Amino acid sequence: MEGLERGSAAIVGVAESDLGAVASEMSPIDLMAQGVHRALADCGLRLRDVDGLLCATAQSRTSGLALAEYLGISPAYVDTTILGGSSFMFHVAHAQAALALGLCKVAVIAYGSTQRTIGRRHASVREYNPYETPFRPFLPSTAYALAASRHMHQYGTTREQLAAVAVAAREWALLNPVAWEKKPLTIAEVLSARMISYPFTVRDCCLVTDGGGAVIMTTQERGRSLQKAPVYVLGCGQAITHANISSMPDLTVTGGLRSGRAAYAMAGLGPKDIDVVELYDAFTINTILFLEDFGFCPKGEGGRFVADGRIAPGGSLPVNTNGGGLSYCHPGMYGLFLLIEATRQLRHECGARQVADCATAIAHGNGGVLSSQSTVILGTQAVL
Amino acid sequence: MERLAESPLAVYQAHLERGELAYQWSPEAQKAVFFPRVVCPFTGSDRLEWRVSAGLGTVYATTVVHPAGEGPPYNVALIDCDEGFRLMSRVEDLPPEAVRIGMRVRFRVHHPGGDEPLYPVFVPAEAA
Repeated sequence: MEGLERGSAAIVGVAESDLGAVASEMSPIDLMAQGVHRALADCGLRLRDVDGLLCATAQSRTSGLALAEYLGISPAYVDTTILGGSSFMFHVAHAQAALALGLCKVAVIAYGSTQRTIGRRHASVREYNPYETPFRPFLPSTAYALAASRHMHQYGTTREQLAAVAVAAREWALLNPVAWEKKPLTIAEVLSARMISYPFTVRDCCLVTDGGGAVIMTTQERGRSLQKAPVYVLGCGQAITHANISSMPDLTVTGGLRSGRAAYAMAGLGPKDIDVVELYDAFTINTILFLEDFGFCPKGEGGRFVADGRIAPGGSLPVNTNGGGLSYCHPGMYGLFLLIEATRQLRHECGARQVADCATAIAHGNGGVLSSQSTVILGTQAVL
Repeated sequence: MERLAESPLAVYQAHLERGELAYQWSPEAQKAVFFPRVVCPFTGSDRLEWRVSAGLGTVYATTVVHPAGEGPPYNVALIDCDEGFRLMSRVEDLPPEAVRIGMRVRFRVHHPGGDEPLYPVFVPAEAA
């Protein structure tokens, strides 16, 4: 992004809260606070060091108030930007700006959701739209299904290719001890699962889990003095193209094209320089669209690109190494988990799923119905 | 500033009551605008003219929703109308899975009954 300086801020602490199906009566703010506590322990900072608070959840309209009250802090800088699942990538850029201006010195980005426990309809109330709601789109699935239909029509993408995305995510999830899904998955099983909104079966759609977490950011200078190697924010980019799917200009091209270009330009990197790829896979078509829009393959080639295990463990491009929203965890606004996984990969903390010798990662957030796109490129000291 | 007597949605609904699919036209941008609104998204101007569509269009994208235990599958589609605007709708008079991208379709008003507002649906153009 224009105005932000490559590497001026770093992610220094990350943690998930409890995931999957959390204890009954847990609140989203409980999960945020648990994430903050664990992320502070990860970097060795204390709650009293935190003077910047950024958070979002679908279950609290004023989560900044709720979390500040809960933690007993009065932060100098607060940002509760909420643009769907990509909100936390927007928060990274905003935190980087706030740190650069001296508005705060240590910023926490937090998320929590109990949508599995309380039910998705209660966690995220749909707004009535007189131009869409009468047609009973099953949102968000139907919107992404419409995008998939267009991609299949224009480029010959097949249901089997979509299913390959889900199978690759599952193979990664089997290497992640905290992933929700524990059993192998085949293409045939994806295709024969319960149909949701054609061409998607339930296996083309993200999980419905609880979960939360936190990311701690500080300046480059301060980051060097903490207990783990800092992971630097090399590039950020964002784009909003619409709110409702009927207003999306071209259903085969996302705002990721623009957000990715902005992030690459700031980082001075291109797709060939990226070692680890974390893309918001709310639905199988997402991964295909984003691989194209970020230049990992030409537009229209995403289906063929993913078909032969290329993005699965052992493939040439490691994508969604935690198992993704499809098989690891998806509490409704999943973006924060991509930042956590990218950071852990760059710290080489990922055990069986660790990508060898990685120094750069892209973490891309998607919000709404392909509506808001926000990209963060991270790197180690070696590429600063 | 002049106070608006009717919301864009109310004007749109009144057209549907007359059997018409209305959209807006931006004279400065020379472009169609949909959904109806107060300010033109191309120019920022509040000069938007109402026009009535000929009701012909092409299916841009299509899906079949399979509700979990709540009735039969149904179509949801995005329709590109010939005047240059796109809207969400569904295509009727054929099985939902038979709706194809590129299919030519024609508008008709759907009466959901009760107090529900009218809305536009489409049928294959040759059958209308």
